Amino acid sequence: MSLSRPTPTVKPSGLPVGSTATSRALLLLWRVLALALLVGISLLILYPALWMLSTALKSDAQVFTYPPVWIPSPPQWHNFVDAWYGAPFTRYTINTTLYALVVTAATVLANSFVAYGFAKLRFPGRDVMFAVMLASMMIPGMVTMIPQYILFSKLGWVGTYLPLVVPSFFASAFFTFMLRQYFLTVPNELSEAARVDGASELWIWWRVVMPLATPALATVAIFTFDGTWNSYVGPLLYLNDEKLYTLQVGLQFFRNGSQTQWQHLMAASLLVMLPVVAIFFAFQKYFVEGASLSGSVKG
Amino acid sequence: MSAPPVRPRRRGLGIRQREALWGFVFVAPWLVGFLAFTVGPMLFSLYASFTNYDITSRADWVGLRNYQTLVGEDPRFWKSLGNTAYYTVFSVPLGIAVGLLIASLLNQDVPGQRVFRTVFFLPKILTGVAVLLLWLWVFNPEVGLVNNGLRAVGVPENSLPLWFQDPAWSKPALVIMSMWSAAGGFLFYLAALRGVPKDLYESAQLDGANSWRQFLTITIPMISPVIFFKVITGLTAALQYWEGALVVSEGGKGGPVDSTLFYGLYMWETAFTEFRMGKASAMAWVLLVITLVITAVQLQLSKRWVYYEGETK
Repeated sequence: MSLSRPTPTVKPSGLPVGSTATSRALLLLWRVLALALLVGISLLILYPALWMLSTALKSDAQVFTYPPVWIPSPPQWHNFVDAWYGAPFTRYTINTTLYALVVTAATVLANSFVAYGFAKLRFPGRDVMFAVMLASMMIPGMVTMIPQYILFSKLGWVGTYLPLVVPSFFASAFFTFMLRQYFLTVPNELSEAARVDGASELWIWWRVVMPLATPALATVAIFTFDGTWNSYVGPLLYLNDEKLYTLQVGLQFFRNGSQTQWQHLMAASLLVMLPVVAIFFAFQKYFVEGASLSGSVKG
Repeated sequence: MSAPPVRPRRRGLGIRQREALWGFVFVAPWLVGFLAFTVGPMLFSLYASFTNYDITSRADWVGLRNYQTLVGEDPRFWKSLGNTAYYTVFSVPLGIAVGLLIASLLNQDVPGQRVFRTVFFLPKILTGVAVLLLWLWVFNPEVGLVNNGLRAVGVPENSLPLWFQDPAWSKPALVIMSMWSAAGGFLFYLAALRGVPKDLYESAQLDGANSWRQFLTITIPMISPVIFFKVITGLTAALQYWEGALVVSEGGKGGPVDSTLFYGLYMWETAFTEFRMGKASAMAWVLLVITLVITAVQLQLSKRWVYYEGETK
């Protein structure tokens, strides 16, 4: 190996054992460089978030000063209170929480139910249906959005939460696929044994397979809650009574109403994000797990 | 499709029929939902695309007129298609590059892996209006974070971009936003990078291949299935991108000068502001066809560059 070249960029742990001091130094240099780059990218990612917090704590005058103030003094904590009472955010929070909880519970139940059928039972047409389900993931959501709206408006559901909640009681392709893959790893001996003991399929699904799949179910629950909390277009399309607004829709109307005051807007945005961020930090491993689980289907 | 492991014991006919019956019971929610919320609506939308349906009045058959109007007489249709093409062409490759770069760096056994993973994954969970408002503030021409940074490095005041207020800069701003969100993609690439056999690099070293060459000739081919997967899903998502424009453009109308009028936004406008459901349905089907054609082309192209080791993943 030529020493004048930089040491391999990939898998330093796989380097030949007999490396000389020079190549070790180069390797160290390379790692320092990689670390510096990573720190740089991290800052680029965190900057907007810090900027948001900084803005939320500024006074009206400080918001527009240049050079910018990063640490406002004194911090205007009352901005959060002012923003919160600038719109019915308490009501929006209750709406959003209920909406997200119902959708999450329904999604976990429906998807695991269907996944059990695809993973643990044999019946004619199963593999064809499974293939159709996978293929259906390619259909752009926008293609179904318009006719679904027409359907729900004919049912008289526009203006209620029904169009947003009811579909989640029917399994979706993506999470069903994910759970089915996980259920396949649950040994069949367990369900067989229960069946011999006379257990019904419902009992086996609920009492044997579900408890063993807790990590996968948690992943589905967290992703669904997160997605529902952040969803905007659906609620905007179907809810037209201000009392029913979710946080995302409410935030948009808060912004459009009156003169935009950035410190209040950022304070409100931060509060809206807070639950999702808290959930992320509490259940980080499930996010990462879910992302890698879904790696085989979807980005 | 892989079937579950075959059970060892043979069972009586009655039991098998019972199992099949239960099988249908279990998949019924999906089947019913699929027919009611996907297949049915799609068939209706195909029909509606040949009518002048507007929800309130009766739909009259107009043949291909909706499609002809779109292609022949509607400059905003082409404008929106162009905007979506622009966004797709830049955001997909750049997003992949960002994810791949972060993954390659993390793969260098640097300390602090846990912290970095958390930071890079964070943008993935931050979506929705709150984040879009944040970006609107970050790109604020007068006092936003980006222009403050540009000022700090000496860009003169009169050549600072106006971002979301300038038709030339509104799409680049959205592409930058998409790169921020794409950082979380590192997870897939990192998993793939870790799976590349080390001995491949060792023998390349012995042959005197430098790092960059090793990256191009070993790393990229070995993780090409993951990249390909991201190309397909990224393209599908980018072609459907529009929700951000609803928040960042003035009044959600795709301004300035229609520069953020993405295909989806135009469809949304056609359907839910103008209530021209027939025309909007035609737009939906045009998008579906475009998506399918692009995916098919990518599948064809993939035969030239995607390398599957042994069996397909």
